[in-house]
Amino acid sequence: MTTPLFETKNLKKYFPVKGGVLNRKMTDVKAVDDVSFAIHSGETLSIVGESGCGKSTTGRAILRLEEPTDGEIYFDGEDFRKLSKSQLRKRRKDIQIIFQDPYASLNPRQKVKQILDEAMAIQGVVPKKDRPARIRELMEVVGLRPQQAERYPHEFSGGQRQRIGIARALSVDPKLIVCDEAVSALDVSTQAQVLNLLKDLQRKFDLTFLFISHDLGVVRHISDRVVVMYLGKIVEIADKKSLFDSPHHPYTRALLSAIPVPDPERKTERIVLEGDVPSPMNPPSGCRFHTRCPFATEICKQEEPELRTAGDMVDGHQAACHHMEEIVEQYGKTPSVQE
Amino acid sequence: MAATDKTPILKVEGLQTSFFTHDGEVKAVDGVDFEVGANETLGIVGESGSGKSITSLSIMQLVESPGKIKGGSINLTGEDLLKKSKSQFAKYRGNRVSMIFQEPMTSLNPVFTVGHQVSEALRIHKKLGKKDARQEAIRMLKLVGIPAPEDRAKRYPHELSGGMRQRVMIAIALSCDPELLIADEPTTALDVTIQAQILELIKNLQESSGMAVLIITHDLGVIAETADKVAVMYAGEVVEQADVKTLFKRPLHPYTKGLMNAIPRHDVDMDELEVIKGTVPSSAEMPSGCRFMKRCPYASEICETHPSLATPTHNYGVEDDSGAVRCWIYTEEWDTATKKQEVQ
Ligand SMILES: Nc1ncnc2c1ncn2[C@@H]1O[C@H](COP(=O)(O)OP(=O)(O)OP(=O)(O)O)[C@@H](O)[C@H]1O
Ligand SMILES: Nc1ncnc2c1ncn2[C@@H]1O[C@H](COP(=O)(O)OP(=O)(O)OP(=O)(O)O)[C@@H](O)[C@H]1O
Ligand code: SF4
Ligand code: SF4
Ligand SMILES: [Mg+2]
Ligand SMILES: [Mg+2]
Repeated sequence: MTTPLFETKNLKKYFPVKGGVLNRKMTDVKAVDDVSFAIHSGETLSIVGESGCGKSTTGRAILRLEEPTDGEIYFDGEDFRKLSKSQLRKRRKDIQIIFQDPYASLNPRQKVKQILDEAMAIQGVVPKKDRPARIRELMEVVGLRPQQAERYPHEFSGGQRQRIGIARALSVDPKLIVCDEAVSALDVSTQAQVLNLLKDLQRKFDLTFLFISHDLGVVRHISDRVVVMYLGKIVEIADKKSLFDSPHHPYTRALLSAIPVPDPERKTERIVLEGDVPSPMNPPSGCRFHTRCPFATEICKQEEPELRTAGDMVDGHQAACHHMEEIVEQYGKTPSVQE
Repeated sequence: MAATDKTPILKVEGLQTSFFTHDGEVKAVDGVDFEVGANETLGIVGESGSGKSITSLSIMQLVESPGKIKGGSINLTGEDLLKKSKSQFAKYRGNRVSMIFQEPMTSLNPVFTVGHQVSEALRIHKKLGKKDARQEAIRMLKLVGIPAPEDRAKRYPHELSGGMRQRVMIAIALSCDPELLIADEPTTALDVTIQAQILELIKNLQESSGMAVLIITHDLGVIAETADKVAVMYAGEVVEQADVKTLFKRPLHPYTKGLMNAIPRHDVDMDELEVIKGTVPSSAEMPSGCRFMKRCPYASEICETHPSLATPTHNYGVEDDSGAVRCWIYTEEWDTATKKQEVQ
C-alpha cells in the first residue's frame, strides 16, 4: 500500500470542564478519544455519527485549529504536530476547511473578489498580477459567473454562498479539503448541485476530501470509505459498499435502520434505540454503546471492544463490538430494509 | 386510512397570506387548498421558503405583522375559523388545534420546570385542579416516553436533551386532546435515532386518539413514512397533491420529479444526482405564469399562463384520479398547444 496523504493515530481531544467554588478542573469531556484513520490521495473519507459524537472536533483537531490533547498526525509524510506556529501557517494552504454555514465564514463587507484575493494573498500562492485571472477561473469552476465576483456575500443564495466557500478553499490549491456539514444547511435541489460540484472538482483536480456529515444519504453518495463515530470513538470503518451492505456494528445497523426511506412501499424493519446518547463527560464503561445496545451482555459493560476485522469482513473493514459475529449471523447482513 | 365521506377535520381553501414589506408584497402562501380527515396524516413538503410554516401559522392565526391573511377559508369541522373573533379563536388554539415546532427550546419557558408547564396546560385546557393537574402531567410525560417522569417533571428545559424537550412539547400539545395536531418540522433538529422515536410516538398517539395530523417537513423520507397523503409546495403554491403511494410511484409535476431524484439515498446507489437548475425566484422575480417555469426542463409557451391545480387528464399513464397537479403537461391544452407547435 502507498503511504496515505494523511494519517492520524490515537488522536485525543479532551475539553476540561471547570466548576466548583474554585473553578477547578472537575473532569474532561472526551470529545475525541483514541481515534485513528488514514486518508489516501484522491479519496473521500467520511465521518458520520449523531450530534456530539466528535465529528467536528476531529476535523478541527487534525487541522490543529484546536490543539489535540494527544496523538499523532501526519500530512504528506510530515509530522504535523511538530510544526511551529509559522510553519503551520504555511502548511495551512494544503488543508482547507469548508463549514456548514458559509455566511458566517465570509466577511460580509468584502466583495467576493476581495475574499478570494485575500485568501491567495495570505498564502502567497498566486502573484498579485495573476490573481484577477485566477478569480475569474475559480468563479467558473464553481459554477458562478465571473462578474458575480463584484458582489457581496449577502447578494447570493445559500447554495451560491457555499460555492463561494468552495472557491475560496480551492484558491490556494489545497491537497486535502475538510468539509464539515458543508451541504447540511442547503435545500435538496441546491444540495445536489453542490454535491455534484464537489465530485466534479475532485475528478478534475485530484482532490482529497474528509467529509463530515450526519446525513447517511449524502455520505453514501460522496464517499469512498466511511468512519462511524459514537461518543468520541470509531465504532466502525469500512469501504462504502461494505458499510452500507454489510454493517457489523449494532450502532451502525441501528443508525441505518432509523433513516426514513423515501419510498412508502418499502417497509423498514426498525431497530429502535432506547434512550439518548449519554454524556461524553461520563461515558459508559466498557463498550460506550452498551446503555442503548439491544445486544449488550455482561462483558460489554466491562471490557472495551477493540476495532477488529471479523472473518466475513473484507480487508480494511473493522468494527468494535464483542458480539458482531453472532449478531450478523443471526440477523443477516443488512437488517435495515425489507422489500 | 380515513373515510373521505365524513366532514374533514380541517379544510383549507384558497388560503392567501402575504407579507407587506418595504420591497412590496411577498405572497408567502398564495391560494393553498387541502383537507385532513380524522385519523389521517397530511404531509406538506417543499423547500425552504416555499410557504410551509406560514401555512401552518395561518391555520393557528399566529402570523405576525407585516404578515396578513388576505383571503380564503380555514374550516375546522365545518366552522370557518377566519370568521371568528380573536377571543373566539383563542379558545380553539391549544384546545382543539395544537402545534409543535422545530425547536422546542424556543417554545418552552426556560424559567419553569417542564412538569409545571405541562400541568399549566392541563389546568387551562382541562380545567383540572392543581393536584390533579400535577398527577395528570406525570402521566402525560410517561405517555410520551419520558423515562423517570416524576424526576424529569422537576427539571428545567435546559436540563433535558433535544429529543426529551420535543417529547415535552408533544405532551403539552396533546394535553387538550386536540382534533388536529400541526407538527412543523418536529424532528428536523433531532438525530435520526431520536427522530425515529418521535415519529413513532406521534403515530401511536394518533392511533389511540384519532386526531388529524398535519406534518410539515422538507424530508421526503419522513413524508413517505408518516403521511397518508401529501401536498408538495413550491413558491407559495401547492403544485401537486396525491396519496402517498401514488405520489412516490408516479410523481407528475416536474418539480416533484426533480426533488425525488435530487435526494441522495442511503439505501440505494445513485450515480449522478439530478439537479434542479437555478433557485427559487424571489418574489420580485416571480414569473406571472407557472412559477417553476425558469427552472423547468419542459417549459413551453403555454406555461406563460398560470396553471391551476387540477386532476390530471392527459399524459400521465396510470389510471387513477386521486391526485391533482399544477402543470400544463397534464391538460388537454398541452396536447393542442404542442401539436400546433409541431405543425408550425
Ligand atoms: N470547545 C468546547 N468545549 C467543551 N466541550 C466541547 C467543545 N467543543 C465541543 N465540545 C463537546 O465535544 C463533543 C463533540 O462535539 P463535536 O462538535 O465534535 O460533535 P459533532 O459530532 O460535530 O456534532 P454535531 O453533529 O452536532 O455537529 C460534544 O459533547 C461537545 O459538547
Ligand atoms: N416576517 C416576514 N417578512 C417577510 N417575508 C416573510 C416573513 N416570514 C416569512 N416570509 C416569507 O414567506 C415565505 C414562506 O416562508 P415559510 O417560513 O413559510 O417557508 P417554509 O416553507 O416554512 O421554509 P423552511 O423550510 O425554511 O422553514 C418565504 O419566502 C419567506 O421569505
Ligand atoms: S460490544 Fe456489546 S454493547 Fe457494544 S455494540 Fe457490541 S453487543 Fe452492543
Ligand atoms: S406548467 Fe410548464 S413550466 Fe410549469 S411545471 Fe408544467 S411544464 Fe413546467
Ligand atoms: Mg459538528
Ligand atoms: Mg418552515
